[in-house]
Amino acid sequence: MVTLEKISKTYDKGKVKAVTDVSLSVEKGELFGLIGPDGAGKSTIFRILTTLLLPDTGKATVAGLDTVKDFRKIRGCVGYMPGRFSLYQDLTVEENLNFFASLFGTTVTENYALIKDIYQQIEPFKTRRAGKLSGGMKQKLALCCALVHRPEVLFLDEPTTGVDAVSRKEFWDMLQRLKAQGITILVSTPYMDEADLCQRIALIQDGKILSIDTPQNIVKAYPGDLYAVKSGSLHKILLDIRQYPGTLSCFAFGEYLHVAFKPASPSAAGPPASSEPAGLKKYLEDKGHKEVEIKKITPGIEDNFIRMMGDKTDRYEQ
Amino acid sequence: MKQFLVFVRKEFYHVFRDRRTLLILFGLPIVQILLFGFALTTEIKNAKIVVVDYARDVASQQIITRIAASSYFSIGQSAMTYEEMYKSFREGKVKCALVFPANFNNDLLHSNKAQVQIIADASDPNTARTLTNYLTAIIGSYQDQLNATVTIPYRILPETRMLYNPEMNGSMNFIPGVIALVLMIVCTTLTSVSIVKEKEMGTMEVLLVSPFKPLYVILSKAVPYLALSLINFIIILLMGVFLLHVPIRGNIFLLFAESTLFIISCLSFGLLISGLTNSQQTAMLVSMMGMMLPTILFTGFLFPLENMPVPLQVIANIIPSKWYYSIVKAIMLKGLGFAYVWKETLILIGMTAILLTISLKRFKIRLQ
Amino acid sequence: MNSETTGKAIETTSKASETTGKAIVCKDLSKQFGDFIAVDKISFEVNSGEIYGFLGANGAGKTTAMRMLCGLSYPTGGEATVAGFNVYKQQESIKKNIGYMSQKFSLYENLSIKENIEFYGGVYGLTDQQLQQKGDELIARLGLEKEAKKMVGGLPLGWKQKLAFSVAIIHQPKIVFLDEPTGGVDPVTRRQFWDLIYEASDKGITVFVTTHYMDEAEYCNRISIMVDGRIDALDTPANLKKQYSARTMNEVFYALARGAKRAAD
Repeated sequence: MVTLEKISKTYDKGKVKAVTDVSLSVEKGELFGLIGPDGAGKSTIFRILTTLLLPDTGKATVAGLDTVKDFRKIRGCVGYMPGRFSLYQDLTVEENLNFFASLFGTTVTENYALIKDIYQQIEPFKTRRAGKLSGGMKQKLALCCALVHRPEVLFLDEPTTGVDAVSRKEFWDMLQRLKAQGITILVSTPYMDEADLCQRIALIQDGKILSIDTPQNIVKAYPGDLYAVKSGSLHKILLDIRQYPGTLSCFAFGEYLHVAFKPASPSAAGPPASSEPAGLKKYLEDKGHKEVEIKKITPGIEDNFIRMMGDKTDRYEQ
Repeated sequence: MKQFLVFVRKEFYHVFRDRRTLLILFGLPIVQILLFGFALTTEIKNAKIVVVDYARDVASQQIITRIAASSYFSIGQSAMTYEEMYKSFREGKVKCALVFPANFNNDLLHSNKAQVQIIADASDPNTARTLTNYLTAIIGSYQDQLNATVTIPYRILPETRMLYNPEMNGSMNFIPGVIALVLMIVCTTLTSVSIVKEKEMGTMEVLLVSPFKPLYVILSKAVPYLALSLINFIIILLMGVFLLHVPIRGNIFLLFAESTLFIISCLSFGLLISGLTNSQQTAMLVSMMGMMLPTILFTGFLFPLENMPVPLQVIANIIPSKWYYSIVKAIMLKGLGFAYVWKETLILIGMTAILLTISLKRFKIRLQ
Repeated sequence: MNSETTGKAIETTSKASETTGKAIVCKDLSKQFGDFIAVDKISFEVNSGEIYGFLGANGAGKTTAMRMLCGLSYPTGGEATVAGFNVYKQQESIKKNIGYMSQKFSLYENLSIKENIEFYGGVYGLTDQQLQQKGDELIARLGLEKEAKKMVGGLPLGWKQKLAFSVAIIHQPKIVFLDEPTGGVDPVTRRQFWDLIYEASDKGITVFVTTHYMDEAEYCNRISIMVDGRIDALDTPANLKKQYSARTMNEVFYALARGAKRAAD
């Protein structure tokens, strides 16, 4: 339904490499997530797919149409919700929806069934100006406006950024229901925890794809075991674990530290020494940490993302 | 104190690294001085004058020679009929005329006094007054020359007639100019901000990803402002007529039609500016400040265009308000019909068409 | 209640002796705009050297409360001292003794790293010698020696944030206020940022931070959660999870935010 083949895009006469050699494809009816932090290239990819930007190299298609040559046709059959919920601030909820419906040559009533669940939540405020809505309501209205013409593909660029936690969860529930109706949805988000709610995801950082797969497969692909370590003082234990010779990586995750161990043999592959994690526990207790808890855990998307980002020291390197 | 200097140093960094600020700092004063230095002159040179000489005798010839020698005047034609003279006035070709009656010299010799008629286009009362004074002075000096050697003085009595504006009402010239200025600035600013606002708010991005037509977007932005500007125009007109006693001598429908055309051309100008800028602030700045100076200078109601150096007069030709101003004066003050303003109308239509075409072509259907 | 009464009606007796050891003391602090009560009688204390998480949904009143504590706006009710200084009467002293950094604005993009350091150092009142020394330390810590003369605008987002934080504490303030400092940044840089926060805390700087990331709530010694202008929870992360029978802070937050009126309207 949506394809990107070796897409690259630079800004500022090549000085800023927004997207480099990105290839991915999304099947019809899929809920696909593009996961990555600010500046990763998510918005650039979305703009290329919605025909707003021309890629420097590569080819992109939506519903089988080329984004460069057939851009007009694509613009007629996709729904787009850019980062800032582009709504007309001084038009009311109703007026916004009616405008977008007529823009696409349809009416609100024609496809009401599709947006009913969402619209009903903001219907009590239908005469309120869009500028006066809360973040969560704007998000719902923007979604309705993008759906009102029953698009084949829905592009949602960071729809949950800057919105409260409750609305975020509700939004994803709405997306699941939409997927059930057969709409292909591409969502971008910087929140790693939302990755699990997608059918398939692409992890992107600095304009390059780190991985494309189902969340479950990405998690399964984590090499080796991951452990969560906890004790009384978070900060001290972090420093100590980092100094432990057997530690491969150690990152804070809330009250636990996720620790991976170096492989036993000098070659890069292979399991860690069988003495781990007990060796770490003894080391920490020797250092004076009390109630050290170490347990094996299933790595999450964020663990994988961090691993795929590679070695990033905290000193600046270009 | 040290803290203060720290702030000052930072501000200097900001200033020197912002090209736009530097342009305003250094570019603007230079342009202004050049413009005002050359354009701001109330001195009149080479004003076109025609002479209707029924006398064709020695005295009239001598006076005409003096006028020709003066740098204030340039004689268009020195042997016209009354009818031809009025036509020249109507067409705006001439600002001033001198009429010698048939027995000019004889009257002088035999009665020691003779009359001449000075006719001036008083739709611009200041210029009319100045020209009349110059002429009177030239005639006066001829009179003095005659009287230098005689005991009984000769008297040449100029009878002055102010065309179109006998009361020398200053507003006559001013109101059409103000109408042009106000419409130009308001209409341009309103539309220029409108499109840029969508770009800034981000709604343009969503609009682009839809089966929209650029022509609809552009025209739909202009329509409400057209209606409101016409209302604006009516208000200014009413104020001019009832408060400042400016007449509407010509066809009011023609005036309306021409004004609608002018408003559309201003709106198109605004749309063009819209396509060139990316922020509302810049759009507003360019429309208001950027347009105000050229409009005031080059419309011709504050500083007569004929007094400017030729390059500036050429520039004036691309300012729509210049053409509209002559149209309004012709219709309102001189009571003339379409036959006299068709050229200017055509030019305005042409300008509007070009502006709209460029705006359409420049409308970016992509974000970059 | 009248709108926008300045705090002049409220006498603050000298409480300096009672507040030693406390970086921030807040009692019934309120801010009202007309009929709208943005901050509704919040009370809490922050200990010196603590990392205090100030959480809440968008629109809950966090930013308004922070502005009052930074000496940027007058409360309309209640009392508070920051670094021992009264928020009504000693706003200038507060500003001299705190650092501030937010996601929206950190450093001047068209000044170089060094110029930014010089500017802020000068504003905070450092002597030339101190500025030189601290500036070099800062640059060395982040490994930015080669980039020191380059424009901040050219740095990646994560580095801008880390740099901004370091500059905000260059004058070793008693407290540093951080407003969503890690928004949108990649997971590794986020954690590096918190390494910097820990270093600052080890040096004795109290850190007052707001964040959207619930896992970051766990890095704090204590947190408070604002809902509809009030503080509905205040405790260590561990205790809060016990209290709400939650496994993660996310669940705690969700349980509290569910009942919020402001988010829905």
